[in-house]
Amino acid sequence: MINEKIIVQSLEKLQPNIYLMKAKAPVIASQVKPSQFCNIKVSDNDFPLLRRPFSVCDVQGDSIFFMFDVHGEGTRILSEKMIGDEIEVLGPLGNGFNYNKKFNKALIIAGGLGVAPFPFLTKVLIDKVEIVSLIGGRNKNYVVKYGLKNVSVATDDGSEGYKGTVLDLLEANKESLIDDGTIIFSCGPTPMLKALQKFAEQNNVECQLSTECAMACGFGICQGCPVHSSTEDKYLLVCKDGPVFDSKEIVL
Amino acid sequence: MSEIDLQVKLGNLTLKNPVLLASGTVGYGNEISQFTDLSKIGAIITKSVSLKPRKGNPPQRIVETASGMLNAIGLANVGLEVFVKEKIPFLKEIQSTIICNIAASSIEEYVECTKVLDHEDEIKGFEINVSCPNVKEGGLEFGNNLTAVGKITEKVRAVTNKPIIIKLSPNVARISEFAKVAKDEGADAVSAINTLVGTAFDIWTGKPKIYNVTGGLSGPAIKPVALAKVLEISRNVDIPIIGVGGIMNWKDAVEFMIAGATAIQIGTVNFINPQAGIEIIEGLKNYCKQKEITSLAEIIASYKLPS
Repeated sequence: MINEKIIVQSLEKLQPNIYLMKAKAPVIASQVKPSQFCNIKVSDNDFPLLRRPFSVCDVQGDSIFFMFDVHGEGTRILSEKMIGDEIEVLGPLGNGFNYNKKFNKALIIAGGLGVAPFPFLTKVLIDKVEIVSLIGGRNKNYVVKYGLKNVSVATDDGSEGYKGTVLDLLEANKESLIDDGTIIFSCGPTPMLKALQKFAEQNNVECQLSTECAMACGFGICQGCPVHSSTEDKYLLVCKDGPVFDSKEIVL
Repeated sequence: MSEIDLQVKLGNLTLKNPVLLASGTVGYGNEISQFTDLSKIGAIITKSVSLKPRKGNPPQRIVETASGMLNAIGLANVGLEVFVKEKIPFLKEIQSTIICNIAASSIEEYVECTKVLDHEDEIKGFEINVSCPNVKEGGLEFGNNLTAVGKITEKVRAVTNKPIIIKLSPNVARISEFAKVAKDEGADAVSAINTLVGTAFDIWTGKPKIYNVTGGLSGPAIKPVALAKVLEISRNVDIPIIGVGGIMNWKDAVEFMIAGATAIQIGTVNFINPQAGIEIIEGLKNYCKQKEITSLAEIIASYKLPS
């Protein structure tokens, strides 16, 4: 974990409003695991005040990638960075996906920008297990297949792939998608994760959820990102105890 | 030129420098120690400890606002027993001065916590939180009641000889009256200010952005308010003031000392720059050099007001 000055190497538009930033970050690149995140200081002054948390999307040598859409002041500033710009980044933070166990199929379920951590996970798992990816978006402009393998798409308006949610797509194909050795790795909006939690329970399949929550620090001191434990009457922190949780561990 | 003296005194407690890390912004030290050397910091004020553990508020607990943030954590903490058993051992290791912040919902609870912690050698002083805006009982209910603040100070004073700092609420008409009561009842210093009550709404849903509806505003947005409160106390009451509110860098720290603060606390900035404390200490040293002064004490309450 470090506060590293990373250097922008490229900034690519993947969709009309979705960007992929590549930056040189030797220390973070050497430490990060899939679905860990970084807390980014988007400007070098006090506006905006807080850092912004982003999942590390991919790693190539000593470079890391972030995927983001422009939806506020912070992401707008990020989208205007130039090659060579320095950015202060705290990371890697949190706990990533747990794949150091015996399984034979990674079923990736992502909604919207929830695809962000999966190019890296795909890279790590590609030679080890079968990978199947189901991704959902509002319409085809919100579908990003970058770095994924074996992808099926669902869109709310049917402009690409299956018409419906990614959960509908999963439900419709569950017999062929799930077997004894399957682990679901997922990330996306909370309603989607909630539905997936239920699905995992009903179908008795292991499911890891990468969650998100507004936070200030990203490493446990602000206590701003609680998620309720399902086993005890207490809150866990998304930043420190997560962002990845077993679906049985939390109440969304 | 001789070595610059950054030492400050709060009651009988001498701190190696005036930079303190504010309660609720450094937990119990362990997380932030991964990013900064806490042994260099003047003192660390722990996350509020209450007699029993507190779960804290449901999400959403924080939201960013213009040049600031609102938080309504709800005093989430491990409780006195776990604090003593599990957190103090780590606090011992970091070789910094530890001040314990105590929150309570009754005068008896403040006294009980202080009594127990008075036996802990590692705790060098107490900051009594009578001003948390985010809990129903205790907190502000005490913070804007002069009699209650006086009573709490008196009762806590009776059970410890360690320095007592009363953390004052800015959500009152005359903060100096509260500082006066704290002094009269035996407090060694006051911290000014805790967060300001604020709120924010989602314009599409009409719902508050924070589950608790209101939260405490912190960050650069509140610095001018905090400075004015520090100045008010400084001009009216003879008690050491620990200035806190929106300090982001050494210049802000100097401004607070000019306005009357003996020491300062940094809070929100720890979330953004965990190294800020150390950077501020270095900045203060350089400032003294540039001003050609050998002791930081020379700038405390050095304000020059129109006559």
